[in-house]
Amino acid sequence: MSATAPTATFFSSFSSKDLLFLGEAALNTLQISAISIGLGTLAGLIFGWLLYEGKLWATLTLAPILDIFRSVPLIIQLVLFFNFAPIIGLRLDPFQSGIIVLTIYTAALVAHVVRGGLESVGEPLHRAARSLGMTYWQDTFFVVPPIALRAVFPSWVGVALGVMKDSALVSVLGYVELLKASQILITRTQEPFIILLCAGAFYFALSFPVARYAAYLERKWAV
Amino acid sequence: MSFDYNFHWRPVFKSLPDLIWAGMTTLQVAALSMLIGIVLGLLLALVRMHGHGSYRWVATTWIELARNTPALFQLFFFGFGLGAFGIHLAPFYIVLCGLSFNNAGYLAENFRGGLQSVPHTQVRAARSLGMGIVRTYVSIVVPQVLRIVYHPMTNQMVWAVLMSSLGMLVGFRELSGETQFFASRTFRIFEYFAVTAVLYYIIVKIILGASRLLAWRLFRY
Repeated sequence: MSATAPTATFFSSFSSKDLLFLGEAALNTLQISAISIGLGTLAGLIFGWLLYEGKLWATLTLAPILDIFRSVPLIIQLVLFFNFAPIIGLRLDPFQSGIIVLTIYTAALVAHVVRGGLESVGEPLHRAARSLGMTYWQDTFFVVPPIALRAVFPSWVGVALGVMKDSALVSVLGYVELLKASQILITRTQEPFIILLCAGAFYFALSFPVARYAAYLERKWAV
Repeated sequence: MSFDYNFHWRPVFKSLPDLIWAGMTTLQVAALSMLIGIVLGLLLALVRMHGHGSYRWVATTWIELARNTPALFQLFFFGFGLGAFGIHLAPFYIVLCGLSFNNAGYLAENFRGGLQSVPHTQVRAARSLGMGIVRTYVSIVVPQVLRIVYHPMTNQMVWAVLMSSLGMLVGFRELSGETQFFASRTFRIFEYFAVTAVLYYIIVKIILGASRLLAWRLFRY
């Protein structure tokens, strides 16, 4: 047999079609993170406010529960929930499970940030607002946000970017997001370096400018 | 709602000693990666602040890559990516390298913030009192910086423990990997991972408690 005889190849090389596949997976990453960050932030705002108000039941129940989500690896939370849902009779696909877990995870992190932000608003300011005749809700909606936002926003961006990056872990449930897609391609093409480079470049291109902008705002808003 | 699932905890409790040992491996790799991360992070911070040309570029690139890509991506890079160059690391080293790379990037920014908060006039004052550059840093700068970066460092240690769970995706038998190994043998996935979640929670609480104790000892005056 000559050396140039065609050999059966299991592995086909990296093509432009694969780039499209990666692009689609990147959209999946964007979608799952956008939904989870959106929902999680809403829940986190409410939880953070409850924690700040320090009603006894919130401190006794909510705080330890949210603490659990920050003390257990996300990957364990995902596997645990994905296997727990069928037990209580819920039929969820990886995408839905991923969104639920990521949302709760985001909420736990955001609540922490929001509580800190609310605490950064001095007590005299509240008293001033109230003595000007504002109601509690007017104080909460018109006086507090501009000041608390300064502390909350940069950290919130950090949390959001973290969740975007952590959404890569939903791949353990079999959801084809960017990193899972790159793994699939690596298995087929055996070209790990270039494919990982593409995937990494996408995350970087998304995260880096936003992180830079948040750092800029933090500097600009510094008191 | 149907609830016809029978929980089987016995196999989990039987392998609990193995899981606790795996937890030790988790702690070990996290602590090691922290030590490497602190040394590298300090270097990166100093180079980013005072370095020139390509050195500074390397430090900045490292820091930004570590902070702006998923930790899992970084692990995959040390796992599969280096394979393209014929470098095949054992799972332990994949996790150690990945975590150290990540820790160094995050800690470097913390250290930079801490170092910048000590006014340069203090360094000049120490130098004019006749202290050497090493003595100045060890006795004047570092004690002040340590106070500022201590809390972020504790957080990073917790993150390192949580991130090490990604080891199960590159075949490393730390707490998560060991759990997955047992779970796939017995199909008691939920039970195993529930116990593992509790173990992680305990590990994190121990770290936070130890850190608080140490802080109390270190920053008494």
